[in-house]
Amino acid sequence: MTLTGIGQILFYLFILLLCVKPLGWYMAKVYRGKYIGLKFLLHPLEKWIYRFCNIRPHQEMHWQQYLFAFLFFNLFGLLLVYALQRLQFYLPLNPQAFPNVPPDLAFNTAASFITNTDWQAYSGESTLSYFTQTTALTVQNFLSAASGMALLIAFIRGITRQNTKDIGNFWVDTIRGILYILLPLALAFSIILTSQGVIQNYKPYEKIHLLQPTTQTEQIIPMGPAASQIAIKQLGTNGGGFFAANSAHPFENPTSTTNFLEMLALLLIPAALCYTYGALVKDKRQGWAILLAMLLIFIPCAGLDYYAEQSKNPQLTSLNLHTNKNMEGKEIRIGVANSSLWATATTASSNGSVNAMLDSFTPLGGLIPLILLHLGGAIFGGVGSGLYQMLLMIIITVFVAGLMVGRTPEYLGKKIEPFEMKMACCAVLITPFIVLLLTAITTLTTSITGTHGFTQILYTFSSMVNNNGSSLQGLDVNTPFYNVLGGIAMLIGRFWIAIPILAIAGSLSQKKNIPATSGTLPTHTLLFILLLISIIIALGALTFFPALALGPIVEHLLFWGNNAHQ
Amino acid sequence: MSNILQMIKTALLLLILMTLFTGVIYPGVVTLLAQTFFPKQANGSLLYLNNQKIGSKLIGQLFTDPKYFWGRPSATPHFPYNALSSSGSNIATASTLFLTIVKKRIDTLKQADHETQLPIPLDLVTASGSGLDPHITSYAAFFQVHRIAKARHISEQKILSLVQDQIKKHKVILGESRINVLELNLKLDEVK
Repeated sequence: MTLTGIGQILFYLFILLLCVKPLGWYMAKVYRGKYIGLKFLLHPLEKWIYRFCNIRPHQEMHWQQYLFAFLFFNLFGLLLVYALQRLQFYLPLNPQAFPNVPPDLAFNTAASFITNTDWQAYSGESTLSYFTQTTALTVQNFLSAASGMALLIAFIRGITRQNTKDIGNFWVDTIRGILYILLPLALAFSIILTSQGVIQNYKPYEKIHLLQPTTQTEQIIPMGPAASQIAIKQLGTNGGGFFAANSAHPFENPTSTTNFLEMLALLLIPAALCYTYGALVKDKRQGWAILLAMLLIFIPCAGLDYYAEQSKNPQLTSLNLHTNKNMEGKEIRIGVANSSLWATATTASSNGSVNAMLDSFTPLGGLIPLILLHLGGAIFGGVGSGLYQMLLMIIITVFVAGLMVGRTPEYLGKKIEPFEMKMACCAVLITPFIVLLLTAITTLTTSITGTHGFTQILYTFSSMVNNNGSSLQGLDVNTPFYNVLGGIAMLIGRFWIAIPILAIAGSLSQKKNIPATSGTLPTHTLLFILLLISIIIALGALTFFPALALGPIVEHLLFWGNNAHQ
Repeated sequence: MSNILQMIKTALLLLILMTLFTGVIYPGVVTLLAQTFFPKQANGSLLYLNNQKIGSKLIGQLFTDPKYFWGRPSATPHFPYNALSSSGSNIATASTLFLTIVKKRIDTLKQADHETQLPIPLDLVTASGSGLDPHITSYAAFFQVHRIAKARHISEQKILSLVQDQIKKHKVILGESRINVLELNLKLDEVK
């Protein structure tokens, strides 16, 4: 590890933490319906949208209604994204005349983008028209992020309210998230990106004559409205790149400045939402405690991943190389430190964009992202979805702590009873179950090559079910098998969890607040944070340890064992 | 029942409206602003030679001629530096296959220049993530000076100063010290 490398990682964390309070405070205002800053411009627009869509903003919903609104909205989104891909040949803005997307791939991509996964079995620059990229994918980048945030806000209302079944209005929460938070941020961010060289146009691909003609005399350079999509793919923890190489592509991530900003955007909203949470429950310490718990897991992971990627490859020590670290699959302008930091951040949050090829990471360097996937996206996680996963973990922790001392568990004045626990378990256990089941089925039915082949399959399903979207691209996943199974896995990973989340919100909102006594377990102390971290690690890591042992751990041990003489 | 119908209607209307806002107006506004304020960057940072498009500053090209600086190995499908299909090698670096490939890449470098005793630059024997990396490290540029001087029959000093000019011009704060291969080669062709 180099001093500049560590310095860059610390600088990143410092800037990220600086943004948490202002943005978190702003988002809390927005979701409380207090208009600030952009009111004169957006408030009339917001009111017009309500009228046009027949929404009564003051009419609140019970949890079932909230759930159905969420499901219908996403179902129609799924159908629209599917239809646009299947018809893209007949639609405008298709200068390269790309044919319609095959049904299995179109289903997979539609499921992927509405669930905030943004798994990509296709190669953007050779499959999708500009019309599909903007009206289908860019749109879902916004909508899936905003609905994730809406669900979180509904959950928070469940905690703060009492004696009511109302947990807010899904339409209002979603529209506010888009209009006041995501759109302004994305607009500003895309302009900064274009100033650095990210492309934004609707031109046909450029044909140029190579300086040194070889077997090829020309190079076809893809064009397109990339910046507008890259901005929101990072901010909304979506991660679906405009190009196949995602943020390793020089048009998506042309300079080290864009790399820094894209990395910042990746954790910006998930981190700031912790502060929003503290503000909404009127106890800021709760928000900071959650952020600290996330950082205590994130920072060691980032350090370890950087260490693994910066270490010498024992196979190459005898080859008279100038330096020896892992540069396969990494870009020069990004470098090892920022590639490993990105890999940690993108798998901790459920973003899934990459700026280096994870399949070429060292076994240990690839183990860290896999572990972070297995922690269920509770460490930062997706916008909204990360924090509600974390709140589930908190409920479980409170319950475990309650068992230890023999008291009825409470969280922020709400009794945690069997119903909440059952729902929390439903949500937390479904992802490992589906991941392991699908990995087992695939391992048994397809031919795999060695430990690395197993890791690829495990990673694929871990990424899809946890709605992450990063991949080990050495595995060819654009087959009907992976497309259909993966599409279903992504839908389960998103919507199965939404049901218990809203059910808990609906149940908590009806309960009375009980004042804290001397017997109440405080949930902002270091003791609680450590207990929370232990529960997260125990749940996530232990479920997957046998699978990890067969994959990257064995690969690491074999590799270093075989090269011990070096 | 009427409640559900109402909900479906709202969901459809909102989806259409949001598609218009975030899928048409938003990218349109960004395009308008980008084309007004940063037209060169928004259109791919293209480079011209004698009024002909010679490439993009950001997209690497394949160089195999000894008289040019070479870029990093590219693992794009069909042929190297295929800009229509960005991709890394995705090879497992813990596999013996990786060792074989790296050895082959080293051989290619050595064949082009038997005389050099300098250690091999790592970036010239590892494929980039996009397969289109436009840069090499400054060490990789210095490493190639001897070969290029010989192929072009000009003094090493001239090429060396060219490389140093490029390093000075593009100071880097974040990331690693680097040189744009295509720009450097265009400069190289100007040297008499």
